[in-house]
Amino acid sequence: MSDAPPIEVRGLVKRYGALTAVAGVDLTVHRGDVYGYLGPNGAGKTTSLRMMLGLIRPDEGSVRLFGSDPQLSVEALDGVAGFVEAPAFYPYMSGRRNLELLAAYDGADATSRIDSALRAVELEGRDADRVGGYSHGMRQRLGIAAALLRNPRLLLLDEPATGLDPAGMRDMRMLIRRLAGEGITVLLSSHLLGEVEEVCNRVAIVRGGRLVYEGEIDAISRGAGRIVYRLATTDDERARRVLEAQPGIGSPTVEHGKLVFTADEASAAELSRSLVEAGALIRELAPQTVTLEDLFFELTEGEQRAGGQDPPGTVEPPPPAPAQVAG
Amino acid sequence: MSATAASVAAPRDVRRPGVATVYRWELTKLRYQRRTYLGLGAAALVPILFTLAIHFHHGRRRGDFAFSNYLSRSGLAEPLVILLFGAIWMFPLIVALVAGDIFASEDQNGTLKTIFTRSLERHQIFAGKTLVALTYAVVAILLDGTVAVVAGSLQSGFNSLQSLSGTIVSAPKGLELVYVSLLIYLIPIAAIVCIGLLLSTVTRNSAAAVVGTLMISLLIQLIGILPGLSGLTPYLLSTQFNAWQGLLRTPIDWIPIVRAAWVCALYGVPALFAALVVFLRRDVAGG
Repeated sequence: MSDAPPIEVRGLVKRYGALTAVAGVDLTVHRGDVYGYLGPNGAGKTTSLRMMLGLIRPDEGSVRLFGSDPQLSVEALDGVAGFVEAPAFYPYMSGRRNLELLAAYDGADATSRIDSALRAVELEGRDADRVGGYSHGMRQRLGIAAALLRNPRLLLLDEPATGLDPAGMRDMRMLIRRLAGEGITVLLSSHLLGEVEEVCNRVAIVRGGRLVYEGEIDAISRGAGRIVYRLATTDDERARRVLEAQPGIGSPTVEHGKLVFTADEASAAELSRSLVEAGALIRELAPQTVTLEDLFFELTEGEQRAGGQDPPGTVEPPPPAPAQVAG
Repeated sequence: MSATAASVAAPRDVRRPGVATVYRWELTKLRYQRRTYLGLGAAALVPILFTLAIHFHHGRRRGDFAFSNYLSRSGLAEPLVILLFGAIWMFPLIVALVAGDIFASEDQNGTLKTIFTRSLERHQIFAGKTLVALTYAVVAILLDGTVAVVAGSLQSGFNSLQSLSGTIVSAPKGLELVYVSLLIYLIPIAAIVCIGLLLSTVTRNSAAAVVGTLMISLLIQLIGILPGLSGLTPYLLSTQFNAWQGLLRTPIDWIPIVRAAWVCALYGVPALFAALVVFLRRDVAGG
């Protein structure tokens, strides 16, 4: 078995005429990752996934799945499964017949996994029905079943929970966690930040076809060791001077009438004493938790982060002007 | 969703699917589609309606019509007369129902991305689908011919057949000539299938590909009757639809048959090659 990472993307570019859908994406998904691939509509997520699956050709750059190029041979997709946008099936055939066809197209012993795949997505009672009569959620689940036929080591799922009801979304999260627990690497494109935060260990955020963040989910909430604080005192001007003089404190700014700054926990504790000694009594000193949502909106809407703190992880500056993008 | 049986294992397996797998499953898919039966139904129904029309015409003693003597002498004449009348429009339309749809419907269903991410190379999928489109053409023509032979024989008897040179051939020999004629007729039909496949890959729209294929067939026929272009006639695809008539001459006239083989190849092979290139190179960006 190759030691190459499940997904290694370098300098990926895709243009449609004047439209740049993907503008130089680099990312690496390691074994065992549940990797969230986030971005607003039109950020280039689906186009990237299509290139990863060999459905479209990159104009520049490369994709390697376990070290193999999916553009060169379909053998690069051995052990790889997934779907982009909504999974599509032949509407005039039953769910089981569709899976039989896909299992035949997979070869090997995929046919022997049809029953277990149908059980895994709880479609065994509806497998004889025509797919044309399936709800969107059932098609999503059939898409997962079709992926499981390939006994994958790597799953690429594009918005797998889209269109599912809350119970279906919960079940989908559980299934993804279970698959990850079995050692399957998962790349999950999603709009649902809560879903990504709950199931993923690493995340990438794309904007305008560019990767603007890549890092671990935990690092976001840890704030890379630095925390954003909000401070209100009896004398904010005096407090501001204390903050500027205090070592280990980032430059304070004023937001909504309160001082906002970054500090590590030790510096923040020391600050309390300095403020009291300076005669600026603390009315409020509250740490702000950085969520994935904060980071997402900051990076995708171009907002300035409170306190001017760099987000943790690998960050590239957003492009000077939003590129024309397609999804 | 409950526990899955999926486990992480080495995925490499020597048993990979091939063209035969695609061929088998494309045939299965045809069984589920209405258009399949529409085409085959037409191929079977036309000879029956034709026979009924002859039967009622004779019953009312309305006199002769084109080929009426020929048809009343032997039921074996019926498939040949139908071939003569249906050559330009009916059979091209029937085969275009599948050839024009076979790639375009995958686009319209969004299923290209589904099958392209399995373990088959694109050229294998293309070959399997092409073979199925050709198979459908063979089945449709042979079905039409067989129904015509049976219906014609019930109407006029399984008698000896008069060749186009006026000689009489025995019924068994006539039956053999009918089927070989049908096979020769399949040569230009194969070219039509290739054109249908090209339109299917290029337009990505079933209706446009089916209608487009028929239109091309009719357009070529139209070119053949334009004044001043008679020099082109031997090289038009529409002319090759009559090549089978060489078989019914005594001695057999091989010239139109041989010409049909290479002229049809000139139409069909480039179309098929272009379809393959489009299919191999295309980005599956939608659906």
